[in-house]
Amino acid sequence: MTNNDTSKSVFVAAIFAALAIYPFTGSEFGTDLVTTTMVFAIFALSLELLVGGTGLVCFGQAAFFGIGAYSAVLLSPQYDPGSVAILLPAAVLTAALYALFVGALSLRTKGVYFIMVTLAFAQMAYFVVHDTSLGGGTDGIYMTVKPTLGAIDLGDTQALYWVTYVLLIAVFVFLAVLSRSRFGRALAGIRVNEQRMRATGFSTYPYKLAAFTISGAIAGLGGFLFAVKDGAVNPELMSWHLSGSVLVMIILGGIGHLRGALIGAFAFVLLEELFKSEAIFGEFSKHWHLGLGMTIIASVALLPRGLVGLPGQWGQHLLGRATRRAEDMEVQNAKA
Amino acid sequence: MAPTDPILDARNIHAWYGSSHVLHGIDLKIARGETVGLLGRNGMGKSTLIRTLLGHVTQRDGQIHLFGHDVSKSKPHEVARRGVAYVPEGRGVFPNLTVRENLIMAARPSREASRGWSYERVLETFPRLTERLTNLGSQLSGGEQQMVSIGRALMTQPDLVILDEATEGLAPLIVNEIWNVIGDIRDSGIATLIVDRDFRRVLEHSDNALVLQKGLVELAGPASKVADDPALSGLLGV
Repeated sequence: MTNNDTSKSVFVAAIFAALAIYPFTGSEFGTDLVTTTMVFAIFALSLELLVGGTGLVCFGQAAFFGIGAYSAVLLSPQYDPGSVAILLPAAVLTAALYALFVGALSLRTKGVYFIMVTLAFAQMAYFVVHDTSLGGGTDGIYMTVKPTLGAIDLGDTQALYWVTYVLLIAVFVFLAVLSRSRFGRALAGIRVNEQRMRATGFSTYPYKLAAFTISGAIAGLGGFLFAVKDGAVNPELMSWHLSGSVLVMIILGGIGHLRGALIGAFAFVLLEELFKSEAIFGEFSKHWHLGLGMTIIASVALLPRGLVGLPGQWGQHLLGRATRRAEDMEVQNAKA
Repeated sequence: MAPTDPILDARNIHAWYGSSHVLHGIDLKIARGETVGLLGRNGMGKSTLIRTLLGHVTQRDGQIHLFGHDVSKSKPHEVARRGVAYVPEGRGVFPNLTVRENLIMAARPSREASRGWSYERVLETFPRLTERLTNLGSQLSGGEQQMVSIGRALMTQPDLVILDEATEGLAPLIVNEIWNVIGDIRDSGIATLIVDRDFRRVLEHSDNALVLQKGLVELAGPASKVADDPALSGLLGV
């Protein structure tokens, strides 16, 4: 393991350690907010596998998130607590099956066509729940009783926090191991040059389809947790706004890095909360989209490698300054 | 398939890029262990012919047989799995993978262990890669990248290696090293199809050669005869 790898591992470990400490120090509101953020981090990680890992820019990721969420609510008993052991796999499986279907068709296209086809499939799912009674129409549906996992009641804020925390770590570790496997290396090869991979003997389509399905399943897991946390779902969970937001999260954090998805999700949710804060922005907080949008534009312009690239950029900046100072001193010494 | 039959038998190959007809009926045969040089000026169809044989050009016509199997309509990965390795123009490394990952990602077991190109044998052939195993492809020099590209091709245990401009843009010392390796590949009984700007070296290393002109074979035959043909310099513009 190189020094760089060690520092990355320490950084990720520090994030998870901070998350483990937070519920003992933070307020209930804070714990709830961090739970939401961790759910979005799982969602962002699912997209990172596609965009950063495979080079597939999916603009319909919210469909899988929403399907996971809707499955959790629709399959929950109305008056009794459902079982996480049944609801969670069902939500993940339903999202994965839809991803398999969408992937099987959309992966025959490339570039901007792929982006548009994935968006179209997501909008189809959106209108199914929006315009039919299946998902309660525009109002959505409620999960009246939160599910349980043995003695653990996910209706409890702390319990849900820890379940989400464990699942976030599990997803992160799974994707880290996957990226180091032969399968992950093949995806990395496809991302850089698919034609070259084919010339090397790889049939790339099954690899991309597998990645797409796994990504959908992970997004479905995020959707399940979101539904349990909020206790309600509505069509907005499948909207293109959310697909765009999750894309912004991984861009903000730094595409091509799992920790980028993690940081990006936190940065995005915290920035949103910041600009919504009346205490800080007063009347302007009503226009929080504007502040958030401008900050994101500035971040993309100033941090082309995302937040994970920030230390490297600082390092280069400091090195450049030191080099210029040394050159100036040499010139002055020569003159003297 | 008889041992004397060509491993690659391409007949009347046509290829198009959109409405542009690039190859106009090319015949090419490569026997087991044979080295064939493919020459011609820029834009005459050399790379298109290679891409067509590999299945990358979808607008194509004609018959391509590999080891007796019809691959005229096959996809690139199916052609590769039949024993054809490709060292592409402009280096073929994956910049986001380490040298080790680049080498082993496409590795296939050898049918003859003693003759196979193992990971160790590739590193023996390119000793300078041994020190660079954990470096990313993007951190290598041009010569090292080409070594990785050739090494990866060999680790697929091919019967035919296609080298497209393998020495382009490399320092003279590295160029010599690459040509030595091309000689080693030939000596190990692997057939090769070579495209390179240095036509003298191509002809020196080849058994047979063909020269393309506007998508047609203008000159073909044993490399020594092609080298002595007075039309050669005109066809290559030298």
